[in-house]
Amino acid sequence: MSEPMARRIASATPSGLAHRIRGLSDRTIAWLFVAPTIFLLLAVNIFPLIWTIRLSLTDFRTNRPNNPVKFVGIENYKKILTDVDTWTSLQSTAHFLIWTIVLQVLIGFTLAYLINKKFRGNDLWTTLIVLPMMLSPAVVGNFWTFLYQPQIGLFNYFIEFFSGTDPASFSMIGEVNLAPWAIVIVDTWMWTPFVMLICLAGLRSIPSSIYEAAECDRASKWRQFWTITIPMVLPFLMLAVLFRGIENFKMFDLVVQLTGGGPGSTTQLVSIDLKREAFEKWRTGYASAYAVILFVTVFGLASIYVKALNKVKDR
Amino acid sequence: MKARLLKTSAALAVAAAMGGTTAHAEDLTLCWAAWDPANALIELSKDYEAQSGNKMHFEFVPWTNFADRFLNELNSGGKLCDLLIGDSQWIGGAAENNQYIKLNDFFDKNGISMDSFIPATVVGYAEWPKNTPNYWSLPAFGDVVGWTYRKDWFAEPKNQADFKAKYGRDLGVPATFAELKDIAEFFQGREEDGKKVYGASIYTERGSEGITMGAMDVLYSFGFKYDNPDKPYDMEGFVNSAKSVAGLEFYKALYDCCVPPGSSNSYMGEGVDAYESGQVALQMNFAFTWPGINTNANVGGDKTGYFANPAGPDGDKFAQLGGQGISVVAASDKQDAALTYIKWFAQPEVQAKWWKLGGYSALKAVVEDPGFATSQPYAQTFLDSMAIVKDFWAEPSYATLLQSSQKWFHDYVVAGNGTAKEALDGLVADWHATFEEEGKY
Repeated sequence: MSEPMARRIASATPSGLAHRIRGLSDRTIAWLFVAPTIFLLLAVNIFPLIWTIRLSLTDFRTNRPNNPVKFVGIENYKKILTDVDTWTSLQSTAHFLIWTIVLQVLIGFTLAYLINKKFRGNDLWTTLIVLPMMLSPAVVGNFWTFLYQPQIGLFNYFIEFFSGTDPASFSMIGEVNLAPWAIVIVDTWMWTPFVMLICLAGLRSIPSSIYEAAECDRASKWRQFWTITIPMVLPFLMLAVLFRGIENFKMFDLVVQLTGGGPGSTTQLVSIDLKREAFEKWRTGYASAYAVILFVTVFGLASIYVKALNKVKDR
Repeated sequence: MKARLLKTSAALAVAAAMGGTTAHAEDLTLCWAAWDPANALIELSKDYEAQSGNKMHFEFVPWTNFADRFLNELNSGGKLCDLLIGDSQWIGGAAENNQYIKLNDFFDKNGISMDSFIPATVVGYAEWPKNTPNYWSLPAFGDVVGWTYRKDWFAEPKNQADFKAKYGRDLGVPATFAELKDIAEFFQGREEDGKKVYGASIYTERGSEGITMGAMDVLYSFGFKYDNPDKPYDMEGFVNSAKSVAGLEFYKALYDCCVPPGSSNSYMGEGVDAYESGQVALQMNFAFTWPGINTNANVGGDKTGYFANPAGPDGDKFAQLGGQGISVVAASDKQDAALTYIKWFAQPEVQAKWWKLGGYSALKAVVEDPGFATSQPYAQTFLDSMAIVKDFWAEPSYATLLQSSQKWFHDYVVAGNGTAKEALDGLVADWHATFEEEGKY
């Protein structure tokens, strides 16, 4: 800023205010700047959390506003943890979580490895591959229900083409043994590009000099892959797993669109179960306790995982 | 000019007759489901706008989110809706939590008598507690589950002959559920109009209320009862009686044998799609779908017939009540204006026009008119079905009760987990726990 302009701005500041600001310490000014953010965090994160914990200790029901609210202690927590349906939902969630992460990491890393090679049309392929993750989960869920439709769905015809199975003889989202895999396939289709992009960033951050040095030492490609590529991409890969893990633990929209939690309760993930308790059965206290349990689970697992991630990064 | 003058005078007269409760024009919002009858209501309401000077706005939500959206609105005391055409099962909760205004005084003051409506719709849509003269809604849209069938396929000589050869009787409207299953089995995988077709489309939806609305039609007719008539909320041996078990087994058998592939989550829209695209010979659906089917280019007119639920093994015939009443939302700031809409809507000539536009009026003057039964091909079936209705619990805890039946029925019928007895025992346990929380024991 030129000297005259700075002088003009300084002279435009009312002398009283200038004096007051001059009287503030750096620390106070810093607090003034972060205060709005802290206030916002308290208002939209911390207060609802405390309120949820409070509600979780009561029998409050939103649809019975006239009923007196009774303090029930940890009764809701006991009920949830001893409810068979909760554990069934957790099992469904674990199946979904584990398989989506395994498949997305394997396919995402492989795609990143291939895309990282220089070839014609590289950019076009990258763009095409990342398209699914740009779509809305509700839209993806909706059109995959058509793809899975036994009579007109392309997916069933694809299976018929390779296996000769009658396309109308199976329903991916209507059969107990297939539905859990149906949601895994769709999530993998949608989110593998995300893992691929993170892996690609990792692969491109490896200096070529390391590979050149390895070549000089006559290290085989296989050896280079295991001792250079994998260790150096691992922190990126772990970050991708963390993001996908947290996202898929609370997966809701895609699965609701695809299966509605069915058939029966086969794909009723914890988030769907929680939504039903909170907004269909209106058991607000119970649902609050459920939400707290899920929050503690995700927060606990994520904390342990972040510690492991930091260790890998420090190596 | 003279005619216009007359029209204006008539409009003014009606506005004056409406009690003059609205000193100035109001913007009213009416909330309902997004479906064909809602479009008819928009059309019908133009008369109200012209007569009252009030402007009508509409908030329609698809059925699958209907309860979520509007129960949330009621529970949060939201002011979005001045008038709400809410589901029949909401009446208990809305009445006990003061979410609807009580209409008794308004009805008395304006000469609206509940005796002039079909009794089942008054009990189902307006009364809480049930069978007491406490009114929270005006019956707005009568609806009930019934069946459509491909009359043209039934009439084909080859189908007639093959069916007779196999079952020893003519292929016609089934008198019992067992006969209905025979027909569905007969058509399953058969070739009609040059393509493979299937037996029946039935309700199997998991998320909201679908499979319950479907299974209950069969269960009622097989002998299912909600509770002991002499001891309310005592469900053991009624909900899970041997007859109920047989009913649920029948519904599963119908699902296993005769639905089109991919029907694991099918409700009203999917049923209509399956039927109108010529996939199925029989379709279970609410009566509101019939006007649309009747005019459909593929299956409408003479190609389709309609029939009420057939009888169960003991000859009992019941049908699941649908439909809704129109209520004034207690949180609304425009209750007086909203009441003028209800007063206008209750008039016999408005109700007659409502039926003509595709809305199922519940007013006796309309449905008992000598010309009603022949006014549409489905009108008689509507009357037959409305005469045999039963409804799901309308308790304040209905949403919890419904979610339990959705879970147990879908788990057994679609997912094939456990037995019918286990499903109904589980349902009794869940419903018992819900009523226990409600302090019913």
